[in-house]
Amino acid sequence: MTLMLDADQEMLRDTARSFMAENGSISAQLRHWRDRDCPDGFGHELWKSFGEMGFNSILVPEAEGGLGLGHVEAGIVMEEIGRNLTPSPFLVSAIAFTEAVKGTAVGSRWLPGIMAGGTVAAVAIDEESRHRPDSIGLRAERFGNGFRLSGTKTFVVQGGSADVFLVAAQADDGLALFAVEKEADGLEVDPVRLADSSMAARLNLDGVEIDADAMVSGAGEGQSRFERLLDAGRSAAASELIGIGSAALDMTTTYLGQRRQFGRLIGEFQALQHRAAHLYSELEIARSAVLKAQMMLDSSDEQASLMVSVAKAKAGSAATLAVQEGVQMHGGIGMTDEHDIGLYMKRDRVLNAWLGDPDFHADRVARLSGY
Amino acid sequence: MEDQDAFRGEVRQWLEAHCPPEMREPVRDESDLCWGGREPAFKNDAQRAWLEANAARGWTVPEWPREYGGGGLDPDQARILREEKTRIGARAPLTSFGISMLGPALLRYGTEAQKKRFLPEIARGEIRWCQGYSEPNAGSDLASLQTRCEDKGDHWLVNGQKVWTSYADKADWIFCLVRTDPAAPKHQGISFLLFDMRTPGVTTRPIRLISGASPFCETFFDDVAVPKDQVVGEVNRGWDVAKYLLGHEREMISAMGLAGRRETLGEGLGAALSDDPVLRARVARFDVDYLAFQALSERMRDEFNSGRAHPAAPSMMKYAGTELNKRRHELAVAAGGADALEWESERSRGGKAARDWLRSKGNSIEGGTSEIQLGIVAKHILRLPGA
Repeated sequence: MTLMLDADQEMLRDTARSFMAENGSISAQLRHWRDRDCPDGFGHELWKSFGEMGFNSILVPEAEGGLGLGHVEAGIVMEEIGRNLTPSPFLVSAIAFTEAVKGTAVGSRWLPGIMAGGTVAAVAIDEESRHRPDSIGLRAERFGNGFRLSGTKTFVVQGGSADVFLVAAQADDGLALFAVEKEADGLEVDPVRLADSSMAARLNLDGVEIDADAMVSGAGEGQSRFERLLDAGRSAAASELIGIGSAALDMTTTYLGQRRQFGRLIGEFQALQHRAAHLYSELEIARSAVLKAQMMLDSSDEQASLMVSVAKAKAGSAATLAVQEGVQMHGGIGMTDEHDIGLYMKRDRVLNAWLGDPDFHADRVARLSGY
Repeated sequence: MEDQDAFRGEVRQWLEAHCPPEMREPVRDESDLCWGGREPAFKNDAQRAWLEANAARGWTVPEWPREYGGGGLDPDQARILREEKTRIGARAPLTSFGISMLGPALLRYGTEAQKKRFLPEIARGEIRWCQGYSEPNAGSDLASLQTRCEDKGDHWLVNGQKVWTSYADKADWIFCLVRTDPAAPKHQGISFLLFDMRTPGVTTRPIRLISGASPFCETFFDDVAVPKDQVVGEVNRGWDVAKYLLGHEREMISAMGLAGRRETLGEGLGAALSDDPVLRARVARFDVDYLAFQALSERMRDEFNSGRAHPAAPSMMKYAGTELNKRRHELAVAAGGADALEWESERSRGGKAARDWLRSKGNSIEGGTSEIQLGIVAKHILRLPGA
């Protein structure tokens, strides 16, 4: 396994990089929708052009009309999203949801719309403030030919815009995933704006009745599909975190080379030089871990899931360091809403919390390593 | 391809015939290393035989040219030899600063006469070298070194002192940075000089570390006469030679942090952590950083091999790898509790954990301090002003 991008991947990176810079910029997207108090928090036209660019088809197998690429390619797009703080349903719809439903009847139903950039699909996993995927309490009882779902979900990213939800629930024979449409009787969607101005939702399912074919796969397969969803979502979020951290570092080193105080550029001060160099080192380490995890997922390596936790934890803490140093080294202007660096700090925080923060994943690495 | 297969077959046969079983076991400690020299101290016959067999084919330095005692192998052949040796777990037949540091410098900067004189002896392990760089007043600021080298017409006369000279008390020869022009700006008055440690006026004194005995020495030069033709490269251009070597040294030190580690720290400590959630959390965070750094090492290796790595990347690696290694030892000694603090008992295996913990503090100092490495990253990678 060579930990470098191949020529095709580099081309995708260049394409995604210029696309996001031109179409997904902070002023054109994040600030634009935020300042209008847009209930979706993202632009539908942009989502459509993601579809046209083929981004949404990356993880869909060729047999289902997709590009049949892997987590490395998905990560390449995610990093550019992170670099530009581009709001979209890409992470939850084209990665998490897609990974869980591909190859199933639920997938045949919903993936074409996602690939076209029309449909929005969300994933509903967490039930409490902190991520505890081992403690799913929402129940799926057998009801007639189908199921009845009862319980609550929180932190459902893009929940207010979703056409369909992938709900993780406890069925009689273990964990299962169910596709629940937004109009379902008994489903209450309560959108809420998060600190990074993205939209999430709380769900309340009060005896929501669904057909048997809304269950994503056969009995006993739910757990493995759930784990694949988690691995895919975590590794993609890790790539977005790398983009966030890299952008924060770039902005900061640029500022260090421009800002003058005490008759010199502040980048000449050794304390700042050393902190910036340390930060660079942390981001390079994180970047390597993320790439390795994605390559291991793509080659179905046994140890991939462990490495995904390493990646999410390390990318999370490196990006957090980057945004904290970013705000601090920008001084007063870093604290203004007008400057972009604070937006990176807010996005980093929310993304760290999604599917397990560095503390969660350090604990998971320990458990998987036997202690 | 067929040539390569034939070569591989030949290598395998040769290894079967010449690599003793003892030389297929992992190196466990210092005494397992073979340093060679005028008065070599072989641990056993197997070690001697393995060195001699490799030396006969120039396979201590497989890629050096044949005319200098090397194996004359091309990169593919050298890779095959490496793979086959790894396959049976064969140890390096010779550990030598001559191979890792002086040899490359001679190949690049030496005269034909110097290459013919010094390289074959290095390749055969007949001469053991030490490195005279740092001085008490010239550590991080190495270029400010003061050991004087005066031109006396038919010889050089060396006076001064070096410190941190590894194995100076066991070495046969020294490669030494000396000041040949005190009037010139500091980087432009340095020469790279070779001389015999048996020359009258050379004395050594071992340095004891906080971790116990060490191979480091102070080395003193008192009117040491050195033949004129033993300067490598041009007189007063020795700094170029030194810089060339420093890059090699940094990679060596950074690699050592990860050598042979299969299990995570936590897996190794296991039971010691079960009742200690705060310590467990610290170890878990370390393991995240360790596994992530392993990915960086692999990626850097791939980038170096394909010529895509940033030339200053070794500084980042050395900084991150050595700081990580220090953390590992902090946690290991914390987990070991009072038992790990026994300095010389059998239970503590001679105080291994405590001594290794103390020795690791030197990793972020030797070969360029962490602060120097951060400065290099700031200047050459981040391109910060005035760095």
